[in-house]
Amino acid sequence: MTHARTTRRVLAAVASVGAVLITAACSSSSTPSGSAAAGGGVNWDERGPITYAQGKDTAGVWAGVLKEWNDAHPNEQVTLIELSPEADQQRADMIKRGQAKSGEFSVMSVDVVWTAEFAANGWLQELPKDKFPTDGMLASAVDAASYFGKLYAYPQSSDGALLYYRSDLLDKAGLKPPTTWDEMQAACDKVLPTQKGMSCYSGQFQKYEGLTCNVAEAVNSAGGEFITADGKPAVNSAEAVAGLTWMVDGFKSGMIPKEAITWKEEESRQAFQDGKILFLRNWPYVYNLASKTDGSSKVAGKFGVSPIPGKTGPGVSTLGGHNIGISAFAKNKGTAGDFIKWIASEAQQKTFLLKGSLAPILESMYADADLNKEFGYLSTLGESIKNAQARPKAVRYGDVTSAIQDATYAALQGQQTPTDAFNGLQTKLEDLLK
Amino acid sequence: MTAATSHVAAAELAALNKPRRDWRFWLGKTGIFLGMTFIILYCIAPFYWMVVSSLRLPTMGRDTSFWPNPVSFENYPAVFDPINGFGRALVNSVIVSLSTTLVTLLFGILAAYALARLRFRFKGIVLAIIIGCSMFPGITLLIPLFKMFTGAYPWMPINWMNTYQALIIPSLSFGLPLCVWNLTAFFRQLPVELEQAAMVDGCTPGQAFRKVILPLAAPGVFTTAIITFIAVWNEFMIALTFGTQQNMYTAVVAISKFTGAYGFDTPWGTIMAAGVLVTVPLIIGVLIFQRRIVAGLTAGGVK
Amino acid sequence: MSQGAATTIAGNTPPFTEKRKKNLLSDGQGTLAGFLISPTMLVILFVVGIPILLSLRESVFRKFTTPDPTTGMIPEGESFVGLQNFTDIFAHPQAVDGAWGNIDRLINSFLNVTFFTIICVAIETVIGVAMALIMARAFRGKGFVRAAILVPWAIPTIVSARMWGLIFDADGVMNKILGQQILWLADNSYSQWAVIIADTWKTAPFIGLLTLAGLQTIPSDVYEAARVDGANAWQQFVRITLPMVKPALVVAVLFRTLDTMRMFDLPWGMIGQGKYYVETISMFAYIENNQLRYGTAAAYSLVLFAYIVLVAFIFIRLLGADVIGDEETRAITEQRKRQKALAKAENRKIKLAKTTITSGEFQS
Repeated sequence: MTHARTTRRVLAAVASVGAVLITAACSSSSTPSGSAAAGGGVNWDERGPITYAQGKDTAGVWAGVLKEWNDAHPNEQVTLIELSPEADQQRADMIKRGQAKSGEFSVMSVDVVWTAEFAANGWLQELPKDKFPTDGMLASAVDAASYFGKLYAYPQSSDGALLYYRSDLLDKAGLKPPTTWDEMQAACDKVLPTQKGMSCYSGQFQKYEGLTCNVAEAVNSAGGEFITADGKPAVNSAEAVAGLTWMVDGFKSGMIPKEAITWKEEESRQAFQDGKILFLRNWPYVYNLASKTDGSSKVAGKFGVSPIPGKTGPGVSTLGGHNIGISAFAKNKGTAGDFIKWIASEAQQKTFLLKGSLAPILESMYADADLNKEFGYLSTLGESIKNAQARPKAVRYGDVTSAIQDATYAALQGQQTPTDAFNGLQTKLEDLLK
Repeated sequence: MTAATSHVAAAELAALNKPRRDWRFWLGKTGIFLGMTFIILYCIAPFYWMVVSSLRLPTMGRDTSFWPNPVSFENYPAVFDPINGFGRALVNSVIVSLSTTLVTLLFGILAAYALARLRFRFKGIVLAIIIGCSMFPGITLLIPLFKMFTGAYPWMPINWMNTYQALIIPSLSFGLPLCVWNLTAFFRQLPVELEQAAMVDGCTPGQAFRKVILPLAAPGVFTTAIITFIAVWNEFMIALTFGTQQNMYTAVVAISKFTGAYGFDTPWGTIMAAGVLVTVPLIIGVLIFQRRIVAGLTAGGVK
Repeated sequence: MSQGAATTIAGNTPPFTEKRKKNLLSDGQGTLAGFLISPTMLVILFVVGIPILLSLRESVFRKFTTPDPTTGMIPEGESFVGLQNFTDIFAHPQAVDGAWGNIDRLINSFLNVTFFTIICVAIETVIGVAMALIMARAFRGKGFVRAAILVPWAIPTIVSARMWGLIFDADGVMNKILGQQILWLADNSYSQWAVIIADTWKTAPFIGLLTLAGLQTIPSDVYEAARVDGANAWQQFVRITLPMVKPALVVAVLFRTLDTMRMFDLPWGMIGQGKYYVETISMFAYIENNQLRYGTAAAYSLVLFAYIVLVAFIFIRLLGADVIGDEETRAITEQRKRQKALAKAENRKIKLAKTTITSGEFQS
């Protein structure tokens, strides 16, 4: 390599430093300014075509839904924009539009845990309560769509966890589905000796968002909570630590199979369908797959669902689901508002349930007899969602869930004791939620 | 020396010159044979697993039997299920890879000729810059490039999100240095005398290049084209960042986003089938052009 | 050496105003070279140079992330924080539990990168050279082996990551063959080995190919002579093969090292994000970018870049990797070395050569 001459080197260095200084001088504003997404000053009468962005329509249900709207509203057509099936990518895409102040996505399907972040950054249009009533909707779902006491989106679909159990084995042993952790352990003690190679229980314990859901359930079901109602972290309480200890002890005692620490939804579902575990905590989607009679499921017709068990009584599920919100920078907010109201109405919620197995957000539907006949798990799911608790509401949710996963996974792998793990987590959460 | 003695001596010599096939020889041969088998197994075994996994029933994706029972080709049509948009992704990959290869070849041939043949002051620096380009972590370039192409900077008010340009131009950041470097190595291998002879015969340097050098360098150019094509085809980070809508996925991005009917599914069978579909054309190409490719990959490394 | 004055061998001294004799082979090529290279340089400036400058600028800023306690809204914009994005690693460490204990996350990923690079490159060099030695002696099936060797290279990295993810599944075939229940895809040292195995599988053949090419340039008489002198196989390998293969091997190892330091696709696709045992600096910067912390993302990627430059520098200067391999630049380097030695010996200043012979002038 040729030796560059010293002067050339110096010139190059000066040039690059100069360039950095120049670009630094042309910096974007360094004074904080509020955002203009307040409810007032918005034209709710503007109408016209809009777009709707959500993750991949895996169930294939939206084409029909949008056709119905578009036929009825020829001048206010809604175009579907399908994003990635991965939640992280959907979030990244919506954030890019928000930061660019672009109204490209007029209406967005926002995961319940992103609401705080999107609202605080001014990307979601605040929905005034008089124009957007929430009667009849599940209280937990409405809460998950609010931030700082204001509504920022309508609940679109909900989700809660279910406990899948082997009804054939429990019936043979004369047992009912457990409602507490001790009852579950007792059931396992009675049934497992008769079954070779079967473990007791599994959830999802790989290091990802599903772990946050599982540990939130354990903590909440033991009477603890991650963040109190006024936004202060309280994860180092005795109850919270008890919840985590139950999971850690489950691994140590073999109640939870060792490899479950690498399982996400699919692996755990596979284990249940292969008859390797007695109890499974998972989302409602497993129901239809486990009932398939084409030979892929060894447990078709042999399982039932119940709400998840807790420490001293029924457990608290994690609230899943999506909210449908309007971009603060969208045009034609009048149409957008009507559209989201239409999506949250009973007729469409029924379609989503029947065609896409998406849990509705209207309380009344869970008691509907016909729907219950069609979906054997519906009433159980309704119970689960009614008592469900949302994951911690934080503007920096990505960091919060990361910290929770760090602490939980370290405890599960035996790198830290539950008490130490949650003490560390408390400090981190205090830092993040300052 | 009598004729008889020399005859004997010749026979003795012949006997001595016969190659010794003793135990060392056979040990060596077996060793080489075992070594070759090991190499083939090493390279092919995981690929075999990928093929086998794609031939299972869609619901038995995580099965571990060494030969699927039953053998099922269901995963292959499932790859082209419209929900995955794989057909479109393949087309996108071909367009992006081909365009990038053509652009890099065009610029690269010119630059490589200058670097291999001409003498000028800054040659060392230019070569250093070109090689230095391959030292940047992709992530350093990615974010500013993304902001540049989505209009985040006022001095570049264009929004090329989800367009072909946005996939091709950032790919040049690694494709062009790779192409230039390989072509330079090839051009260097051609003797200078050829051009000089052509110029003695009355050609200008440009004519000498077009009529004498380029035809001879054609194999090298072809090889560089293949190497660049494969490099762009396999590129993931840039394609992931600039192609966020399904109709702009490239093949590798589409594979990484395969999903089943419920969003939680990981359809291993379909993913492996898609992997095979994406790899097999490359492998066939590699089989046909293996000599060229090996020559190309090693030309850059051997002076 | 006469500076600037033209001296012909015949002894005539032409006046300064006379044009120097033009050498078709080397003069005036600067302009032509400029034309030919400028498109490439412009493209590189646009897609590499400008993003680097922008990255530098980004690394000294930080976006506002704390919401106003009264409104709950986050203020827009970013503030100039100088080198805080870099120094915060020490001032406010983000401690994580990785393979190296409880240390700051960037230092953890830095150590991961170093660990992966050293181990992966060492293993793939050994395997690659072994492959090359075997293939050099092969008698039949060379073409088939050559094609087989290109298979790992032809498979896209992300497909390879998914494939290995399936193989390393807790109930997967690797555990079946080993007869154990190793949790490769959790967050422990086995995950590190899963990444190492998958990476060396893909890259050892590449080193094998390059070494083979180098091996094939060694004339066989050298080995014959050594055998006649009584050298055994090991001595032949150490004294003949290795030194003659060294230039090609060092360049190959250098590029593999730089590639491994930037590893992203494999741990991302196989192990996943947030796993501190396998998190590389590239992954960390990508995650920071997703959390909208563009300042720290740019800062960390620049740290990685500086590390890469340092390693490349060590290879080129200390280990003598001849990366550019251009005859002229090599000749210039040699001449400058000679000139420096001469200047030192004669204790006078000297104008170092920038080019070799041009214009038919005789420069000493």
